[in-house]
Amino acid sequence: MTDFSIIGKPIAMVDAAGKTTGAGKYTDDLSVPGMLVGRILHSPFPHARIKRIDTSRAAALDGVVAIVTGKDAPNPYGILPVGHDEHALALDKVRYVGDNVACVAAIDEATADKALELIDVEYEVLPAYFDPEESMKAETNLIHDNKPNNLEKDYHHVFGDPDRGFAEADHVAEARFIANEVTHAAMEPHSTLAQFEIDSQTGKPGRLTVWSSTQVPYYLQHKLSLVLEMPMAQIRVIKPLVGGGFGGKSEVIPLEIIAAIAARAARAPVKITYTREEVFWAHRGRPRTIIDLKTGVKNEGRITAVKARVVQDGGAYCSYGVVTILYSGALLGALYDIPNIQYDGYRVLTNKPACGAMRGHGTVNVRFAFESQLDELGAKIQLDPAEIRQRNLLRPPCVTVNGLRVQSYGLPECIEKVVERSEWKQRRGKLPRGRGLGIACSHYVSGAANSIIRSDMPHSTVNIKIDRDGGVVVFTGASEIGQGSDTMTAQIAAETLGCSLGRVKIVAADTDLTPIDIGSYSSRVTFMAGNATLRAAEQVKKQIAAAAARKMSCASEELIFRDDRIVKNKDLSADGVGAGVSPVPPSASVSGRVEGQILRGSLQQKRKDEGPRDWMTFEEAVVAAIDFHGALTGTGSYAPPPEARGGKHKGGGVGPSPAYSYSAQVAEVSVDEETGEVTVHKVWAAHDCGRALNPVSVEGQIIGSVWMGMGQALTEEMVWKDGMLMNPGLLEYRSPSSVESPEVEPIIVESIDPEGPFGAKECSEGSLAATIPAISNAIYDAVGIRLHECPFTPERVLAALRAQRGQKKINLTEGIDPTTPAKFREHGGSLWFRGRGPERHPLDPARREGPAAAAGDD
Amino acid sequence: MKKELIELRVNGRSHEFAIEPSKLLLDALRQDLQLTGSKRGCDDSSCGACTVQLDGVPMLSCTMLAASCEGQEITTIEGVSEHGSLAAIQKAYGDWGGAQCGFCTPGFIMTVTHLLAENPRPTEEDIRGALSGNLCRCTGYSQMYHAIKAAIEAEQKGMAEAR
Repeated sequence: MTDFSIIGKPIAMVDAAGKTTGAGKYTDDLSVPGMLVGRILHSPFPHARIKRIDTSRAAALDGVVAIVTGKDAPNPYGILPVGHDEHALALDKVRYVGDNVACVAAIDEATADKALELIDVEYEVLPAYFDPEESMKAETNLIHDNKPNNLEKDYHHVFGDPDRGFAEADHVAEARFIANEVTHAAMEPHSTLAQFEIDSQTGKPGRLTVWSSTQVPYYLQHKLSLVLEMPMAQIRVIKPLVGGGFGGKSEVIPLEIIAAIAARAARAPVKITYTREEVFWAHRGRPRTIIDLKTGVKNEGRITAVKARVVQDGGAYCSYGVVTILYSGALLGALYDIPNIQYDGYRVLTNKPACGAMRGHGTVNVRFAFESQLDELGAKIQLDPAEIRQRNLLRPPCVTVNGLRVQSYGLPECIEKVVERSEWKQRRGKLPRGRGLGIACSHYVSGAANSIIRSDMPHSTVNIKIDRDGGVVVFTGASEIGQGSDTMTAQIAAETLGCSLGRVKIVAADTDLTPIDIGSYSSRVTFMAGNATLRAAEQVKKQIAAAAARKMSCASEELIFRDDRIVKNKDLSADGVGAGVSPVPPSASVSGRVEGQILRGSLQQKRKDEGPRDWMTFEEAVVAAIDFHGALTGTGSYAPPPEARGGKHKGGGVGPSPAYSYSAQVAEVSVDEETGEVTVHKVWAAHDCGRALNPVSVEGQIIGSVWMGMGQALTEEMVWKDGMLMNPGLLEYRSPSSVESPEVEPIIVESIDPEGPFGAKECSEGSLAATIPAISNAIYDAVGIRLHECPFTPERVLAALRAQRGQKKINLTEGIDPTTPAKFREHGGSLWFRGRGPERHPLDPARREGPAAAAGDD
Repeated sequence: MKKELIELRVNGRSHEFAIEPSKLLLDALRQDLQLTGSKRGCDDSSCGACTVQLDGVPMLSCTMLAASCEGQEITTIEGVSEHGSLAAIQKAYGDWGGAQCGFCTPGFIMTVTHLLAENPRPTEEDIRGALSGNLCRCTGYSQMYHAIKAAIEAEQKGMAEAR
C-alpha cells in the first residue's frame, strides 16, 4: 500500500476560497476602462435567407458605437476541421431560431437593446426541417448546400460477423428507443471580453486579448485567428474562473468571436454576456436521438451480437457532430465483451440550434437503450440483471473487436460493490409494488487518443519554474472549469517534489504564459495534463536531486522528497524520517533568520564546516540546484501512445482512449401510480477512476454525473415547436433543485491504471450514462413497465401505466407511446406563433397531418 | 432616464451613488459598487445566484430595485468572511466539496447563513427545503449537506471552546 503525502487525501480545492468569498472573478465580473456592452440580434426564423440588413437607424442612436454584421467577418469556422460551416454572424442565411445576425456595441445594455430594435432585417423565409428522419429525405432547400439530404455525416461499420451472431443467439430483442434533447445549463452564462491594444512600434491596433468563459482557450485562439485573419501570435486568450461547462463551452461559441469583431469595429473593448435564454439558443448540448437497437444473447447469458442504427438530430451546424455520431457506435465496445457489432449512424441537420458535446457525449443515449434492452433479455432468459452483466465481462488487457484497447478494468468490482451495498440480491424483485431497484453500467474515455486537429504534437505540455524563493510555479494550459484541474495539478506537482501544497502556485489557461493543452473535454485533463505535470515535476526533481546529492555526498537515487525536505533514504527509520534528524524547523520569526531558511536575495545558510548532512530543506536544495544549474525549469508533455489509438477503419479515430473509466449503479425508485411521478430515493454509484487523487473531488464528480443523468432521466427535456424552443429557462427546462435530488452514495473503485498519473483515470463523465437505464430498469422492477423514451416524465409513466391497466387512452404524450416510441413528439400548441408556425417543408409530417392533428394536449 | 442619488448600506458601510431609478439591486452591486460576488445566472428569478440578505433575510437581488433598498442593511457574500478569515460555512464548503465551479456558491452561502441563524439544528429535510430556491448544476447538492453539518459542528465546537 503506497503511502503518499498528498495524493489520495481529501483536500479543499486550491481556489475554493475565491469561490466561497465571491472574490474569484468570472468573465462577466471583469471590466476594463472604456468597455462597451455588446448585444446580439438573433434570427426569429428557423430557416431564411437574409436579403437586406439596414443598421442606419440603430447606428444613429446616441450611445451606439459600432454595429457589425456577417460581412465584417465572413470567414467560416467550426470546432472540427471537417465542420467549418459556421459564421460568427450569419452571412447569407439564418438556420435556426436564435442564429446570430448582428451585434451592437454601445455604452450600456439599455442603449444596446434599444438599438437592436432599430435594426431592419429583411428575410426571405424558407421551408424548414425539424424532424431528422424527415430531414434526411430532403432534396430541396437544403440547410447547407454541400450536404445533400441534410446529412451531415453517416457511418456504417461491421465488426466481426453480426448476422452469424444473431443466428447463434437463443433470444433476440429489437426495439426503438428515443432520448430527448438535453443541454448543459451551466450556472454561468457564456461571457467574453475582447480588447485590442495599440502596438508601440506601429501606433496601430495590434494585439488582441480575449477573456472568455471557455473550456478550450487554445481552440478559441485558433478560431479567432481564422475569422479575424490575425496571426495566433497576436492573440492572447485568458480563461478566468468558469462557472461550469459540461461540454457547453468545449467549442467556440459565437459570442466569443462576435465580441472580438465588435471590439475591432468599435475600437474599444467589448464585453458580451449571454442571457439565460441565449445560452439555451447557443445550446451545443446532447442531440435528441433515435436508437434502433437489436441485441442477441444465448441462454446462458452471453451476448452474441449487437446492431444499432442511430439517428441524431444535430441541429443547424456540424459542431462536434461527426464525433458525437461516432461515439454512439464506438463505445458499444470496451464495456462488455461483444464479439459482433453492426453500427449505422446518421448525423442529420435540422433547423434548430446546433448540438455539440455534453457530458458523456454520444455514448449516453445509446447506453440507455443498451442497458434497458440487456435487462429485457435477462428477464427473458430468467437471469438476474446483475448476473447477466457479470457473464459478459472483458478479460483485459485486450483489444475489442472495434479496435479499443482496454487495460485497467474495474467493472467487476464496481458491480460487486453496488450489488452488495444496495442489498440487491435480497431486495430486487421483492420490494412492494411501486418500489424497485434497477442496475446499469457505463464507461467513458480518459481523453481521446486522437486529437481533433490531427498532428503529432503532444496533447498537453506543462512547464514548471522553481526559483530562489522556493516557490513552485506550474504553468499549465489545462482549463479549470470547476472540475478541480488546478488542484489536481498542484497535488501531482507537490507529491512528486515532496513539497507542501502551499508552496505550489498554478498559472493556468493563458495562451501567452502556458503551453498548449488542448482543452477540458472528453475527460482528458487528469490523465493527460496530469501526466505532463508529473513529467515536468520529475524533470525538475532530477535537477534538485543532483544538487542535493552532491551536497550530501550520496547518489541521487538515495534521496526521498517529502514534507518539504530531501532526506537520504538509507537513514529512513519506520516513521519515514531519518534517524537523528531534528524535527520540522520552526517557522520564520519576525526577525527573519531561521536555520537554513533562504531569504529572497541572500543566502543565509550557516557556513560552518558541518560535513555531509543527512537531509536538507526544500529551499536549501533549490538554492543548491540553482547555484549549479541556473534557473530551475522543467517541462513535461503527454501524447497518447500509438497502441491506444485504435483501428484504421473510417471513423476509427473516435472511441480509442489510453484508458476507460467504469461505472456500475443501482437506483432505488418509487413510482406513484396515480400521478406517474417517479422518485429516486437513492443511487449507489461505483466508479473505477484508476486512483482517486482527491477523494472529495472524485466523489463530487461521481455524484454530479449521476445527478445530471437523473435530470435527463426524469425531468430535463428541451421542448420544440416549429424550431422554437418552448422552455428556455432553468425552471421550465426542469433542472432539479435540492428537493428533487436523490441521495447518491459514491463508491470509489481503484484499478490503478498502468499509464495514468499515479494510476488515475477520469471520474467526471463515466457515471452519467448508467443512471438513466438504472432508473428505467428500477421503474420496471417497481411497476412492470418498460419505458423506451426518456425523460420518464409523469405523463409518459402514466400513459404506460394506463396502457398496462387497459384503461381508456388519454393523449398525454402527443400520440407517442413511450414504451414503443415511433418518432419525436411535436409539442402541440405554440405560445409564440398562436398555432401558425413558419412554413413547414412539404415532407414534414405535421404539415401532412394538418393543423387539427398538430394541436393537442400540452 | 435621469439618474438619482441613493444611499445604500452594504456590508456595514454606506455608499452614496447615482443610478437610474429602474436599476436592479444586483446590477447596482455588481456595476456601481464592484461587488461582483453576487451573480446573474438567469433572466427570470429562477436560479438564486443573486441572493443577498436584506436585514438578514435572503432576497433575490435581481428582482429588487436598488432604490427601494435604501435604509436597509444589505449583506452580500463579500460581507460573510470574518475578520479576513473564512467563516465556518465557507471553510466547510471548500473542505467538503460544496463548491465545484463556485458560480452558485455565493447565493447558497447567503441562503445557508440565514438558515443556520434561524434554525441552528436543521434536519436534512429542513436543509433541502431551505436550499430549494438555489440551483446548482455541478454538485447534485449532496456534498453541500455534509458541508453544512460540518459547519454546524465547527461552530458548536468553537463556542464550546470559547466557554
